[in-house]
Amino acid sequence: MTAVLDALQLAFVQRALLAGLMVGLLASYYGVFVVQRGLSFLGSGLAHSAFGGVALGILLGIQPLAVAVPFTIIVAMGIVWLQQRTRLGADTSVGIFFSVSMALGVIFLTMTPRYTTDAFTYLFGSILYVTWGDIAIMGFVMLMSIFTWKAWGRWAYATFDRELALSDTVACRRDDYLLSFALAASTVISIKVVGIALIAAFLVIPPATARLLTRTFSAMTILSMVFGVFSVLVGMVVSLQADIPTGPAIILTQAVIFFVIALARRGG
Amino acid sequence: MTDPVVDCHDASVTLGEFQALRDVTMALDPGSFLAVMGPNGAGKSTFMKALMGLVPLSGGSITVLGNRPGEHVRREIGYIPQIKTLDRNFPALPMELVLTGLRGTWPWRITASERETAHEAMKIAGVDHRIGVPIGKLSGGELQRVYLARAFVREPKIVLLDEPATGMDRRGEADMYSVLDKYRSKHGATVIMITHDWEAAHHHATQVLLLDRGMIGYGAPGDVLVEDNMRRAFGHVGHHHSMTIPISGDCGA
Ligand SMILES: Nc1ncnc2c1ncn2[C@@H]1O[C@H](COP(=O)(O)OP(=O)(O)OP(=O)(O)O)[C@@H](O)[C@H]1O
Ligand SMILES: [Mg+2]
Repeated sequence: MTAVLDALQLAFVQRALLAGLMVGLLASYYGVFVVQRGLSFLGSGLAHSAFGGVALGILLGIQPLAVAVPFTIIVAMGIVWLQQRTRLGADTSVGIFFSVSMALGVIFLTMTPRYTTDAFTYLFGSILYVTWGDIAIMGFVMLMSIFTWKAWGRWAYATFDRELALSDTVACRRDDYLLSFALAASTVISIKVVGIALIAAFLVIPPATARLLTRTFSAMTILSMVFGVFSVLVGMVVSLQADIPTGPAIILTQAVIFFVIALARRGG
Repeated sequence: MTDPVVDCHDASVTLGEFQALRDVTMALDPGSFLAVMGPNGAGKSTFMKALMGLVPLSGGSITVLGNRPGEHVRREIGYIPQIKTLDRNFPALPMELVLTGLRGTWPWRITASERETAHEAMKIAGVDHRIGVPIGKLSGGELQRVYLARAFVREPKIVLLDEPATGMDRRGEADMYSVLDKYRSKHGATVIMITHDWEAAHHHATQVLLLDRGMIGYGAPGDVLVEDNMRRAFGHVGHHHSMTIPISGDCGA
């Protein structure tokens, strides 16, 4: 009996660790662009769009993330497309898609008899519910990000001065799609751990903290990932110990680090 | 005979509904110094962007170094934009901006030799003393010098400068012209500069392109900057009696 429990415990700890590590790294890596480009509304919008995908997955009885990832990516592409085709600001474009996906999600959920069980998990996150299927999807996004690491320099360049990057033959429009794609994928896989409601903070706080301490963008990126992983791991332990949802525990950990550093810097 | 570096035939640009440039025809030999002049809104910056393929032509054709605009090899053109669209809140050091000139992408790590090269370029532009200061804390003129260093560090065949004297002090401006002249004679490079400074055009330019959406004149400064052209471009000739320098240099310093 105890042996079985131990094994379960182990597998669950493994999944939690893996998920926390990957999600922490990815969100804080793409988060630096979210912070520097002022895209936090996009992050939040994508998470809420993911809700539509999750609800569709639940309705169809398929693994929700497997539906939510492509669903959200399509929404992200739509947002960039609308923004590039019209003169609408990014926030308007996000707002339109965001509400449509949310509306769809609510309709899908009301069509599902047993929706209440899962809804809370996706709203505030729970590592208890991380499955190997989720891990596989996270691993896929992770691999994709490693293969596109060269885009970091182009994204950074266009973030700094888009006109200049364009004059240097950087394909900024294509890169915008790529960034939105990656951001959408990272946001969706984060909702299992952090929850839809708190994604924007999850994307923004580690890079913002890193920004306080660094003078170059590469240093900011590295430090952001350090804070990202650290806060996820601490938050998960706190969540288990105190029996509170994982998302709030992680966000509070991030916020504590942020404010300690912000105050220390003011003093120093 | 050498092929022209820039060759325009009836080049026209329409931005939205607005015709910003109309039927520009000119050919520029390698090693020239072209001053592009004309009133505000004349399409000077638009012309420069068309050379780089940043705005599409609505008619006519342009070749730059034998290619269509935007199809040049990146390092062949060094560009200083007029209105800096940079994010001043972006964590960046001057050296990183200069190195985008070498790499065409934002540097993740800087090697010792790159550091050396960037430092040298900043020295020539006269900003090496600000090397450790974040971009966001530089003054306008200092920033302009960093952009200058960035344009030169790649040793381009064509240098495009959109009102580069903006924000520079007299000394900085003089330094800039001496850097430009030296660079041009050493590398046989072509300089294309948008400027409102008539004296500078007379002193440094081999060619002047006078625009007012359409092309008013193209040729040697003494032939183009004449009263008749001035009146057509600006509607008046200013207070000066001199025919060739009708408006005093205004570089916003
Ligand atoms: N996207 C756009 N849509 C419509 N009109 C535009 C657009 N961009 C620029 N224009 C117009 O094109 C004209 C030419 O602009 P341009 O920037 O080339 O002028 P310029 O000669 O460089 O002027 P300045 O001396 O003020 O720098 C201006 O009247 C401007 O209002
Ligand atoms: Mg201009």
